[in-house]
Amino acid sequence: MRLSGREVDCVRGGREVFSNLNFEVVSGEAVAVVGPNGSGKTSLLRLIAGLLVPARGSITLEGGEAELTLAEQAHYLGHRDALKPALSVSENLSFWRDFLGGAASDPAESLATVELDHAAHLPAAYLSAGQRRRLSIARLLTVYRPVWLLDEPTNALDTAGQKLFASLIGDHLARGGLIMAATHTPLGITARTLRVGDVS
Amino acid sequence: MTLIDLANPTRFLALTARLLPWLVVATGILLAVGLYQSATAPDDYQQGATVKIMFIHVPNAWLSMFVWAVMSLAALGTLVWRHPLADVAAKAAAPIGAAFTFLALVTGSLWGRPMWGTYWEWDARLTSVLILFLMYLGLIALWRAVEDPSRAARAAAVLTLVGALNLPIIKFSVDWWNTLHQPASVMRMGGPTLDRAFLIPLLVMALAFSLLFVTLHLAAMRNEILRRRVRAMQMLQAQAGKPRA
Amino acid sequence: MTALSALIRRDIRIALRVGGGALIGVLFFLTVVVLMPFAIGPDLALLARLGPAILWLGALLASLLTLDRLFTADHDDGSLDLITMSRTPLELSCAVKAVAHWLAAGLPLIIATPILGLLLNLDVGATAAVALTLLAGTPALTFTGMIGAALAVTLHRGGLLLAVLVLPLSIPVLIFGVAASEAAITGPSSFGAPFSILCALSLFGLVVGPYAAAASLRQGLD
Repeated sequence: MRLSGREVDCVRGGREVFSNLNFEVVSGEAVAVVGPNGSGKTSLLRLIAGLLVPARGSITLEGGEAELTLAEQAHYLGHRDALKPALSVSENLSFWRDFLGGAASDPAESLATVELDHAAHLPAAYLSAGQRRRLSIARLLTVYRPVWLLDEPTNALDTAGQKLFASLIGDHLARGGLIMAATHTPLGITARTLRVGDVS
Repeated sequence: MTLIDLANPTRFLALTARLLPWLVVATGILLAVGLYQSATAPDDYQQGATVKIMFIHVPNAWLSMFVWAVMSLAALGTLVWRHPLADVAAKAAAPIGAAFTFLALVTGSLWGRPMWGTYWEWDARLTSVLILFLMYLGLIALWRAVEDPSRAARAAAVLTLVGALNLPIIKFSVDWWNTLHQPASVMRMGGPTLDRAFLIPLLVMALAFSLLFVTLHLAAMRNEILRRRVRAMQMLQAQAGKPRA
Repeated sequence: MTALSALIRRDIRIALRVGGGALIGVLFFLTVVVLMPFAIGPDLALLARLGPAILWLGALLASLLTLDRLFTADHDDGSLDLITMSRTPLELSCAVKAVAHWLAAGLPLIIATPILGLLLNLDVGATAAVALTLLAGTPALTFTGMIGAALAVTLHRGGLLLAVLVLPLSIPVLIFGVAASEAAITGPSSFGAPFSILCALSLFGLVVGPYAAAASLRQGLD
C-alpha cells in the first residue's frame, strides 16, 4: 500500500498554510510530521482524512480496497477524542465498532490492551485525560483500518502509556499498516520525518 | 443527640435505618385510619359522595407547598452553610413534591368534573398549583441537566429560593387574572365552615400524608447518599487503575 | 444496518441519560401551552377554538428549540469527524440522527398532547385529531430543523439564529397542520386534503433534509 500526496497546497481562511507539499508513505512505514505551531501539521492530517479539501494537488492511496475511499480506510485520532461522557467506556467503544464497521475485534480485548478493562462499565465522564486518550486508542485497535492518522497521539499519556502506544504502533506497522503522525515528542519508534511549514 | 450528629451523612444513614421501619408502620396505620374515616364520613348535602375526594386532594395540595418550603430551607443550607446533606435533602424532595402536586392536580380535576362539567377549569387555585407543578418539573430538569451534583445543587438552590419568593407573587397575579375574567363560579371549599365530621378525617389524612412525605423523603435521601457514594467509589475505581495480581 | 441502528441507539440513549435534553422539550411544550390562557383569558369556549393552533405553535417551538444540539454536540467532541469519514454515507447518518431525535424529543410531544388538550378544553375527538396531525407533521419539522442545526455547526452558533433561519421554513407545516386539525374538529372542509399534504411535507423533508444537512456539514468542516 502506498499513500502519496503530490504538490498539495493547503489554504485555510484565506491564508496559505503550506504549498507544494510532496510526501509518500508505504506499508510498514511511519512518518512523523514535524514543524512549528501553525505550520499545518493538523491541516495535513485532516486533508488526508478527507475532512479538508486541498486547494491544489492530490492525495491518493494505492493498493488498498478498490471500492473504498482513502478516508474510509483511515483512522483519525484528533485532539478531540469523540467520546460521550454520558455513555459507559464499553458503550463508547462498542458504538464505534458497530458504526465504523469493517473487520473488528472484541472491544473487551482492546480495553484490556490499553488497561481500561477495570473501568469498562463506568461512565466515560469519570475518566482522566490520559484515560480518555487510551480509550480513543482502543478504538484504533478494535476496528481495523490500514492507515492511521495521528494528531499528537501521545498528548496526556504518561510514560507507561507512551511506551504502550509505541508498541501498538510497532504492531500495526508489522501488520502492514502505515502511519502518519503529527508530533512534537518522539514516538518511540523509528520514523521518517516530514517537515512542513518552515521553508522560509 | 443534636443537629450536628444528624448532619454527618454516616450517622444520618445509621439513624434513619433505625427510624424508617417505625415511620413506615406509623404512616401505614394513620393512612388506614384516615382512609376508613374518609370512607365512612357522611356525604355532603350538595356534592354527594364526590366530597370525599377532598380527603385526598387537600392534604396533597397542602404538601405540594410544604415540600417547596422544605426545599427552600435546604437551599439555604446549601448556599449559606454549604452542607452536602442539604443538597441531598433538596434533591430528594423535588420528585416527591412533584408527585404530591401532580396528585393534587389530578384529584382537583376529578373533583371538578362533576362540579364544572369539565375536567379542567382555569380556576385560580388549580392554576396556581399547575404553575407550581411546572416549577417542580423545571427544578427536576435542572438537577438532571448537570452531572456534577454539587454544582447542580447550587444552581437548584438559587432557583428554589427565587421560586419561593415568586410563589406568592404568582398566586396573587393568578387570583387577579382569574377574577378579571371569571364570574363567581369558583368553588367554595375548606375554611372554618367545615363540619367536624369532615374536619377530623381531613386532619388525620393531612397528618398521614405528612408522615408519608417524611418517610419517602428520608428513604430518598438515603438512596441519594448511597448513590453519591457509589459515584465517588466509581470515580476512585476509574482512577485507581487495574489491580495487578 | 448495524451502523445505523448503532447510531440510533446511541443518540436515544444519550438523550435519555442525565444531561440529555429529551424531556426538556416536553416541559417547554407544556409551559408554552400553559402560558397561552394567561395571555388570552381562561374562557373555555375560546380556548377550545384556539386549542389546535396553540398546540401546534407549542409543538413547533419545542421541536425546533431542542434541535439546537443535534450536530453541535458531535462536532464539539470530534465525533462528527469520524462520522464523516465512516463507510456510512453522511446523508444516511444525518437522516438517522434526525429519526433518533424525533423518537427521543418529538414523540414525547405527541404523547403529552392529550393532557394539554384537557387543559385547553378540547374534546376527545379534537385531541385525537391534533395528535394525529402532529404525528404526521412533526417529522417534517425535525427534517427542516435539521438543516438549520447543520448550519449552526458551520456558523459556530445556534440558538436564536437557528430559530430565525428555520421558523420561516416551517410555515407550510404549520398551515396544513392547523388546517387539518380544524377541519377534523369543525368541518366542513375536508380533513384528507391538508392531512395528505402534511404527510407529503414530512416525506419531502425526509428526502431533502438529510442531503441539505450533509452538504452543509461538509462545507462546515475545518
